[in-house]
Amino acid sequence: MTRRVVITGIGVIAPGGIGTQAFWNLLTEGRTATRPISLFDASVFRSRIAAEVDFHPEEHGLTAQQARTMDRAAQFAVVATREAMADSGLTIDRPDRVSVVVGSAVGASTSLENQYRLSSDDGQLDPVRYDPAVTDLYRHFVPSSFATDVAWEVGAEGPATVVSTGCTSGLDSVGYAADLVREGIVDAVVVGSTDAPLTPITSACFDAIKATSPRNDTPATASRPFDRTRNGFVLGEGCAMFVIEEREHARARGARIYGELAGYATRSNAYHMTGLRADGHEMAEAIRVALHEARVNPDDIDYINAHGSGTKQNDRHETAAFKKALGSHAYRTPVSSIKSMIGHSLGAIGSIEIAACLLAMRDNIVPPTANLTEPDPECDLDYVPITAREHRVDTVLTVGSGFGGFQSAMVLTTADRRLP
Amino acid sequence: MTTTVVTGLGVIAPTGLGVDDYWKATLEGRNGIAPITKFDASGYPSSLAGQVVGFHAADHLPGRLLPQTDHMTRMALAAAQWAWDDAGLDPAQLPEFSAGVVTASSSGGYEFGERELRNLWAKGASYVSAYQSFAWFYAVNTGQISIRHQMRGPTGVLVSDQAGGADAIAHARRQIRKGARVMLAGGVDSSLCSWGWIAHLASGRVSTADDPRRAYLPFSADARGHVPGEGGALLVLEEETAARARGARIYGVVAGHAATLDPPPGSGRPSTLEAALRGALADADVHPDEVDVVFCDGAAIPELDRIEAAAINAVFGEGAVPVTVPKTMTGRLFSGAVALDAAAALLSIRDGVIPPTINATAAPDLGLDLVTETPRSLPVRIALIVARGIGGFNSALVLRAA
Repeated sequence: MTRRVVITGIGVIAPGGIGTQAFWNLLTEGRTATRPISLFDASVFRSRIAAEVDFHPEEHGLTAQQARTMDRAAQFAVVATREAMADSGLTIDRPDRVSVVVGSAVGASTSLENQYRLSSDDGQLDPVRYDPAVTDLYRHFVPSSFATDVAWEVGAEGPATVVSTGCTSGLDSVGYAADLVREGIVDAVVVGSTDAPLTPITSACFDAIKATSPRNDTPATASRPFDRTRNGFVLGEGCAMFVIEEREHARARGARIYGELAGYATRSNAYHMTGLRADGHEMAEAIRVALHEARVNPDDIDYINAHGSGTKQNDRHETAAFKKALGSHAYRTPVSSIKSMIGHSLGAIGSIEIAACLLAMRDNIVPPTANLTEPDPECDLDYVPITAREHRVDTVLTVGSGFGGFQSAMVLTTADRRLP
Repeated sequence: MTTTVVTGLGVIAPTGLGVDDYWKATLEGRNGIAPITKFDASGYPSSLAGQVVGFHAADHLPGRLLPQTDHMTRMALAAAQWAWDDAGLDPAQLPEFSAGVVTASSSGGYEFGERELRNLWAKGASYVSAYQSFAWFYAVNTGQISIRHQMRGPTGVLVSDQAGGADAIAHARRQIRKGARVMLAGGVDSSLCSWGWIAHLASGRVSTADDPRRAYLPFSADARGHVPGEGGALLVLEEETAARARGARIYGVVAGHAATLDPPPGSGRPSTLEAALRGALADADVHPDEVDVVFCDGAAIPELDRIEAAAINAVFGEGAVPVTVPKTMTGRLFSGAVALDAAAALLSIRDGVIPPTINATAAPDLGLDLVTETPRSLPVRIALIVARGIGGFNSALVLRAA
């Protein structure tokens, strides 16, 4: 008998508010959290805007030591984990039967850059200075520390790892975790993704390839997926963590079930580290395989959560992929990008988008694509502009696309579905 | 259940470039640990490393790839090509979506990252390379390999400190079981630059010895930490029937894997390493008596060595199985470590010989049968590889003869 995997807990830290409810309020009200960068002096950069999280670690229950020694992304993960665990009501009495999987694209890059500046006197010292008093550097150096932080927080002793596939990490981490449950390696996984990339080196490297929007004077409307006037993505930060379980394990303890992780796949375009071919060929394949694994027909998809980063090449690439994979049903399916509201938090966003999909299924509401006022004629699907829409959502497709050429797709369904 | 076999090896190590060089040096007990020449390490408390010597990227890669790749990625791309050559396969000739790649990573393209951080802070934002956005991040090797070899199948990147290589190989086996025709899996790593070096030193685990023969001594009474190294290996994995149908040479079977995480220090709960070992054997359906050799993690930190010896003795009985740490020739290669040990184990199976743990002398109270100084000839059918990472990661891999 196939082991089926369900989600029983959600924790979110996103721009615009801490916690799942604040996040969902922002999305369903169609508000945006993109603004001028305040976390560092961004005045020298081409793009000086981002979707920042107002996060004060000690207000969220972290100790002074955790606030000092953990990277911001790790702090997000621990705080979101606490919300997800409380939400699920899971108590861990078999630590060996619980895994931790954390996705992150850029790990502890903020802490690494801060420490580099100290160790090099702002780039003046080569080789850099070694200070024996700095003992936290290794945990930032290898971001598997994020998985350790979460596992030690909840008391899990099953397999632990960080999945780091760039901007698809948020889907790939959850897909990886679902396999651990399905194969019977563990019964539950605390899984999700986190990134806090708002630091000068990140701005510099995206400036260098003009990937981010320079719409510095109108930050609130700068992230414009599928709009003719879009001109790059807006960086974000955040985290979503989940408790996922084998379905009978969840049912036996009477857990509230948000939905089933029914299918997932990732494929590569083998084309370019940052470029996409317009035909969406590999993303379409990932979608087809995810649908097949889920035993879901293309016509069953009620909502597509798009990657929708707000670059012309992405928007056209995935629009083509949806048409390829779903055929004419793509034209009948609402598609939206929440990056229009909370920016692109690299490896975290895929998990944050899974949270949005689960809440869309719970409330039968499709979050909108904000700032979509002048549709790109090349993008001719129903992108749910500006305002959220009431719509029956039982089956969701969510996709991600990232540097390295990675294309990922996941299918989520309501949990009581009978398999065909 | 699908059987996953290894049909190709690409090795890049401080002791040799390519399988043949590496294995010859390993059986000769050549020490790849030496004073660091890649950067000025003279001012640091430790200045020994296992450096890959004689690798000139321009000899192996097209020129256009050089400006966009870190040293680690260049070595990974070379190792990938060697692995495909060794397997006699060109993934670009296979049906699309049938070949994929999973790599372990630990610190990404760190030397590249250091240079661009220096450019940013010493010169200004406009001096940062247009390639920084993907040359540093952890997924870079998987991405670059998939592009170079036209592999559109499933991909993955796992970070579990030094245990990650085992997890990557196991995840690639999972993709074979799901129907991928062929997978490349393993890890190639390097962070031998000054900015990486101070991170290694911050772990508190790097030996401060200055004699290359006395610096990395796992399971020895005078164990005093490890020596970092660079390099690793990539393995070609295939489903057995398909491999046999094309007449492939088969090194062995990826038979079992398990991973655990240790509880936090001070929790009063015991290490979970033994559970990882038992889990991998159970996954492989192998009884401890059938195991011919254990490739140990060999942290060379007395407390960690004791825990590892206790776990091995609990599973196999005291001194009941030969154990070895060929890492003493290369240093610890982080995300490259397990894949290199896996290559060594498969070559042990092929040749019936266990490579030595040079320089070390087993502390008698640990109760291990450590193969020291010279190789030991005996038939090897089943090997267990033990890997541990900072942060409590334990991973174990069982390889057996086909």
